[in-house]
Amino acid sequence: MVIYGLLIMSGCLVVGTFLGMCLGAALGISANVGGVGFGMLMLLLVTRKMQDKGLMDSKTEQGILFWRAMFIPVVIALVSRQNVIAALSGGWLAFVAGLGAVFLCFVFIRPLTALAGESSLDDDGTKLPAE
Amino acid sequence: MDFFSTTIMKIVGSYGMVTTFAVLGIMTIIATYLSKNVLKGRIDPSALAVIMALILAYIGGAATGGKRGISDVTFFAGMGFVGGGMWLNYTLIATAYGAKLEELKKAGLAGGLALVVGTIIAFVVGALAAYAAGYRDAVSLTTIGAGAATFAVGPVTGAALGATSDVIALSIAAGVVKSVSVMILTPFLAKPFGLTTPAAAMVYGGLVGTTSGTSAGLAATDARLVPYGATTATFYTGFGCLVCPSIGYFAVLALTGG
Repeated sequence: MVIYGLLIMSGCLVVGTFLGMCLGAALGISANVGGVGFGMLMLLLVTRKMQDKGLMDSKTEQGILFWRAMFIPVVIALVSRQNVIAALSGGWLAFVAGLGAVFLCFVFIRPLTALAGESSLDDDGTKLPAE
Repeated sequence: MDFFSTTIMKIVGSYGMVTTFAVLGIMTIIATYLSKNVLKGRIDPSALAVIMALILAYIGGAATGGKRGISDVTFFAGMGFVGGGMWLNYTLIATAYGAKLEELKKAGLAGGLALVVGTIIAFVVGALAAYAAGYRDAVSLTTIGAGAATFAVGPVTGAALGATSDVIALSIAAGVVKSVSVMILTPFLAKPFGLTTPAAAMVYGGLVGTTSGTSAGLAATDARLVPYGATTATFYTGFGCLVCPSIGYFAVLALTGG
């Protein structure tokens, strides 16, 4: 059933967010620390387990795949509601601080990635549609 | 004519999300057409759609004086809902489906280290820029440094330390510039800087933070990289809220002597 896919996603997001809030509270800040990250890991583990046990039928999978394909349109909507005016009105200080940080981060990608060893995106049929 | 326009606004008012899907579909058609026929594939359709969305956001902000881009224009109000935190997180969760656990494990340590390095980079660059602009007190330097991390960390830090409201506004602006430039620049800088593998995406998510910026930037680069970058990026804001007003402030205090 398609709704089972949505059930898995909802469960992982809610539990993950709860864990993130708990971690935040434990650290003494009222913020969600890594909630969606925990949820994503959970979804990965749960669906992997279900596939191994043969519980993942194609309808359930379709429920998840639909929302995965909706990610890019949602991102486009998200970008269209950014406060671009505020970014432009901060003057040169905001630009130097924001852009400078981004450029420096790019420089550090290679050296830090080297720590992780071999990594590749070989195609195993899970490629996301472009739009 | 009056009947015509009020009826359309009524429909848009009650079908906000539905009309938003139509708008997003049309934007995708235009972006795909321009990418294929005008730009001959030099810019990915997703990257183009992101740039179009930014232009819409600018128009919305300029027309209404609001803070939520095009969604402040009544006709596009649904964009605010579809582009809000709930749907971003729900679809983001779905991108984890099919991601490789082995890759996440392999780059876990590098991703965690990237989180620390990325926060330090943003904080130092932000604080130095503030220093160059004439700020000398530790509270303002720390707040603007924190804002360069993400626009959420700036106000949290500023409020905790008692920064003035113009400094907090500046810290938010720095964070928004960072987030927006990540969205635009990532697809163009990805290849030359080696952002092509899951491990690199995890490192990248930890380095730049901003879950929305990272996911939008990676979506426009190669959507398969999104889950890896987003996993580490979701820890960034919390980490920044933790270290900027504490360790960061003490470090600045020690350097400036007050």
